Amino acid sequence: MLEIKNLHARIAEDGTEILRGVDLTVKPGEVHAIMGPNGSGKSTLSYILAGKEDYEVTEGDILFNGESILEMAPEERASAGVFLAFQYPIEIPGVATMTFLKSAMNAQRKARGEEELSTPEFMRRVKDKAGELQVTMDMLKRPLNVGFSGGEKKRAEILQMALLEPSLCVLDETDSGLDIDALRVVAEGVNKLRSPERSTVVITHYQRLLDHIVPDVVHVLSKGRIVKTGGKELALELEKNGYAEFVGAAA
Amino acid sequence: MNMEPRGMESHAETEIAELFDKLRQDLPGAAEVARSREAAFAAFRQNGLPHRRVEDWKYSDLRNRLKSVPAFAAPRDDAAAGAIVAAAGDVYAAVDRYRLVLVDGRFHAGLSDVAALASEGVVVRPLAEALAEDGADLFEVPEIAADNAAIGLNAIFCGDGLVLTIADNTRLSKPVEIVHALSADAAVSTAERVVVKAGAGSEVTLLETFVGGTEGSFANSVSDFRVATGAKLVAARLQTEAAGTTHVGTALVTQDADSAVKLIGAGIGAGFARHQSFVRFNGENSRADLLGITMVRGGQHVDQTLVVDHAVPHCDSRELFKTVVDDDAKGIFQGKIIVRPHAQKTDGQMMTQSLLLSEHADMALKPELEIFADDVQCAHGATSGQIDEDLLFYLRARGIPEAEARTLLVLAFLSEAVEEIGDEVVVEAFEERIRSWLSAKE
Repeated sequence: MLEIKNLHARIAEDGTEILRGVDLTVKPGEVHAIMGPNGSGKSTLSYILAGKEDYEVTEGDILFNGESILEMAPEERASAGVFLAFQYPIEIPGVATMTFLKSAMNAQRKARGEEELSTPEFMRRVKDKAGELQVTMDMLKRPLNVGFSGGEKKRAEILQMALLEPSLCVLDETDSGLDIDALRVVAEGVNKLRSPERSTVVITHYQRLLDHIVPDVVHVLSKGRIVKTGGKELALELEKNGYAEFVGAAA
Repeated sequence: MNMEPRGMESHAETEIAELFDKLRQDLPGAAEVARSREAAFAAFRQNGLPHRRVEDWKYSDLRNRLKSVPAFAAPRDDAAAGAIVAAAGDVYAAVDRYRLVLVDGRFHAGLSDVAALASEGVVVRPLAEALAEDGADLFEVPEIAADNAAIGLNAIFCGDGLVLTIADNTRLSKPVEIVHALSADAAVSTAERVVVKAGAGSEVTLLETFVGGTEGSFANSVSDFRVATGAKLVAARLQTEAAGTTHVGTALVTQDADSAVKLIGAGIGAGFARHQSFVRFNGENSRADLLGITMVRGGQHVDQTLVVDHAVPHCDSRELFKTVVDDDAKGIFQGKIIVRPHAQKTDGQMMTQSLLLSEHADMALKPELEIFADDVQCAHGATSGQIDEDLLFYLRARGIPEAEARTLLVLAFLSEAVEEIGDEVVVEAFEERIRSWLSAKE
């Protein structure tokens, strides 16, 4: 599904090196967690997967279903099945949430050569998924993410993910800013999407999200490299001992 | 006042003087009207066309723009005029409305719903006739517009237009569209005037469309809204003239007590456009909302100038102007709120925002407050920015192609002004024009 090979990347504007040789392979159906201290490059990795132009890949490659996506525009990656749930979902005043959802779903369908959704079919899908994620009609009537609480924004992200049905879900600190109830709703939403054909990369600082979204593999990212890989018990270990060991190790 | 000595008379200025010499005998109106034309002409001889050293025209040098002034069109029959209107397109085709038609500055009763409007309490007269009957009152303008060069030029030549008199307490069942069409096969000048007298307690929605034109056309149009006590008037002005046109459009608003006016302007067309609005409160407890939606690209130049005169206490004014500038185009916003010494409890809020879509796009912003009363609430704000790359990335990361994502963000930028329009008919027509503007981008 996803193969990241010796990925080096820097900030385009000032040349600051962030990723220094990341290797990661995620097979279909697997859930991988990437943990690490602040500044280790976790969010950068997620942005690079989605195609943000603020970063420059200087070495290595990202293969998605066997093909390099480095030259693909963000919208092409999205249509191919890559979805990034943002750490800070963006508020866009003036863009109605429903208009946005419909534009996104139909743009992806069009890019894949599928027929656009009819309005009733679109509405039916939104209503079904929104109910499960406790996204109310009132929220959907508002401009995109505007006036949403932290928890509402994260639920709205997962709603988008459920509607767009990507094959690779990248969750960037989806647990940040969530109370325990909201965390459970979001995690249930993610778990519902788990399937043998769909892979998930969960980026998180804390172990608590992984109580709900149980990973197959846990990686520790530090100073732009994966410094340790293990099973789900690695997350518990990190929770107990902190990242100090790895910060030192990678230096 | 020290006047800058006038330089050489420009070719266009010579043409204007010659045109007036030729036309002055035949222009409509009694002696009193002729006197105001002569006075306006004398001012023109003194000052010439407005240019960049005149403060109000600093960013829009009409003297430099007008290389030549085409002749006014000869009268046409309704069939020929109707063909010009049909060729210019009908943005309100789907709307149930009354229509009043001006072609190249002349009113065509035969193409207009005069009888139907009469049955609803609206008297429509050609301005040429009214000038003979009512005299120079039709040329009177609020003090803040008295020295305006474009209005003066209009007064010199104004040969026709419309007078719309809406009886007291009349509520029209549907909107009235006033079509200002320019012929597209040959450049002409116009100097037309529409005077709307909205009677006490009346309610009306006017849809003014400015369409047609060709390289070298020079449209100079004045719409004068005189709003009596308790009246409500909405005037939506949509200017989509051809690229080579020079458009000078003025809206004059005079409001008596307890009245409400919403003036909505969308400027998309013409190569060089000056849209100017002057609002004067004459009675207390009135409100004026001014909305501007301007979109320019290529080498277009568009100027939004407005002056709101709070001459009496207890009035509210709201100004929201959004400008989208692409390519090498230039946008200008000059807005002034004046609060006279005794106009206490004035509430005036002016906001102007611009979105620059290219490196070379240019926007000049000049908000001004002149406040002489001490118990007022007034504020102005001005912003200018580009498309937010983070917003763009978010939309693209969801699969929306870049061009479509940019369109969504431009619509989002304009949406606040579009929502303020309120009237569904106008919203739909304006959104349609905005979308077609956006999709016309190569």
